[in-house]
Amino acid sequence: MTIFFAILLLFLIICAIAASFSKSLLNTILIFMSYSLVMSVIWILLESPDLAITEAAVGAGVTTVLFLVTLKKIHAIIREEQKEEENE
Amino acid sequence: MSKKLTEEQYRKTFSFRFRQWLDGTKDPYLGEVEMKKQKPFVEDAQTAAHRIQDEKEVEERAYDLEHNAEVRIFNRIYRVFAVAFCIFLVTMLLIGVSDLPTFGDAHNPANNEVAERYIEKGLEETGAVNIVTGMILDYRAFDTLGESHVLFIATCTVLILLRLDRKEDREANEADDRTHEPKNDVILQTVARILFPPIIIFGIYIILAGHLGPGGGFSGGAVIGAGLILYLNAFGFAKTEKFFTAKTYKVMSFAALACYSLAKSYSFYTGANHIESVIPLGTPGAILSSGLILILNICVGVVVAGTMYTFYCMFRKGGH
Repeated sequence: MTIFFAILLLFLIICAIAASFSKSLLNTILIFMSYSLVMSVIWILLESPDLAITEAAVGAGVTTVLFLVTLKKIHAIIREEQKEEENE
Repeated sequence: MSKKLTEEQYRKTFSFRFRQWLDGTKDPYLGEVEMKKQKPFVEDAQTAAHRIQDEKEVEERAYDLEHNAEVRIFNRIYRVFAVAFCIFLVTMLLIGVSDLPTFGDAHNPANNEVAERYIEKGLEETGAVNIVTGMILDYRAFDTLGESHVLFIATCTVLILLRLDRKEDREANEADDRTHEPKNDVILQTVARILFPPIIIFGIYIILAGHLGPGGGFSGGAVIGAGLILYLNAFGFAKTEKFFTAKTYKVMSFAALACYSLAKSYSFYTGANHIESVIPLGTPGAILSSGLILILNICVGVVVAGTMYTFYCMFRKGGH
């Protein structure tokens, strides 16, 4: 159990560093989402299931979706076709 | 009944002077001030050329790193100070953390008589098997009321900022809405059709069983909101607006917040005046137990679900 916990914590740290260093905003959001997911597992291990449910629903679900919609609104997600057009 | 004053009489009244002060035509220090139009900005060719040359020269001299000693020294000092400041900040934070009480120690100041009281008397006083829910919706229900209002105000702000005011704009935006996404995606629609009912039922279960097990209004509301967002993504606005519009949200959250406030005012009133509350606590573990907590959970759940869904709608089809 301790090893499992240590792996999860290590994953959290890696996620936090990767999110701040990743160049693409879309990647940052996906990393943030996996961070929330692991965090909710850790909440269960810390024996607070209330927080785990909230973290999974709000952190991994709704916040990510809101971030993605905002990215789409500010035209930060470039589609493949547009990228190819720009390269040509 | 209002009577009409003549021009001279009106000039003597307070409201006239206040109006003048508001318009800026009368200043307490300068006396009467006449408002003039701003003169248009005119620049002849010579000064314009001079100005452009000046700007160019300033730019060249500022970025000429080899001959500009000030910039060079500033850059060096900037780096040194940046490193020094980072080290200072990290040291301060580490010192602060090392002074915190050890994690999970029984003698920590957080483990005082308040927590003991919650654990020992919580079930007896609130009737909720889940102590956390008993705490946030009974002992500290006032905090939760504030939180629900914060959510409501946040939604109002998003509506004010992002809602398109003109009807033509709104219609044009709605027609344009799905250009970025595949229309009627079969995979998404099939998955949504299978997943939507379990998600909603799970959310309702979390809200209703908040006082019996882990869960409660906030998490259940978030789950329902996420389910609604999934449904909206799969089937578009035309289908969701059959049962959920901005007006529905307004009515629902107003009813929920009003119900919460009334229920809590009742329990505060009886508590402050030492009157026995008529709401029975019921047997712990039954679904209809723990007094007002079930009702409050439903209220919070409705507000949170509406907030999540409205946020998404406004982000998606709101203005820029």
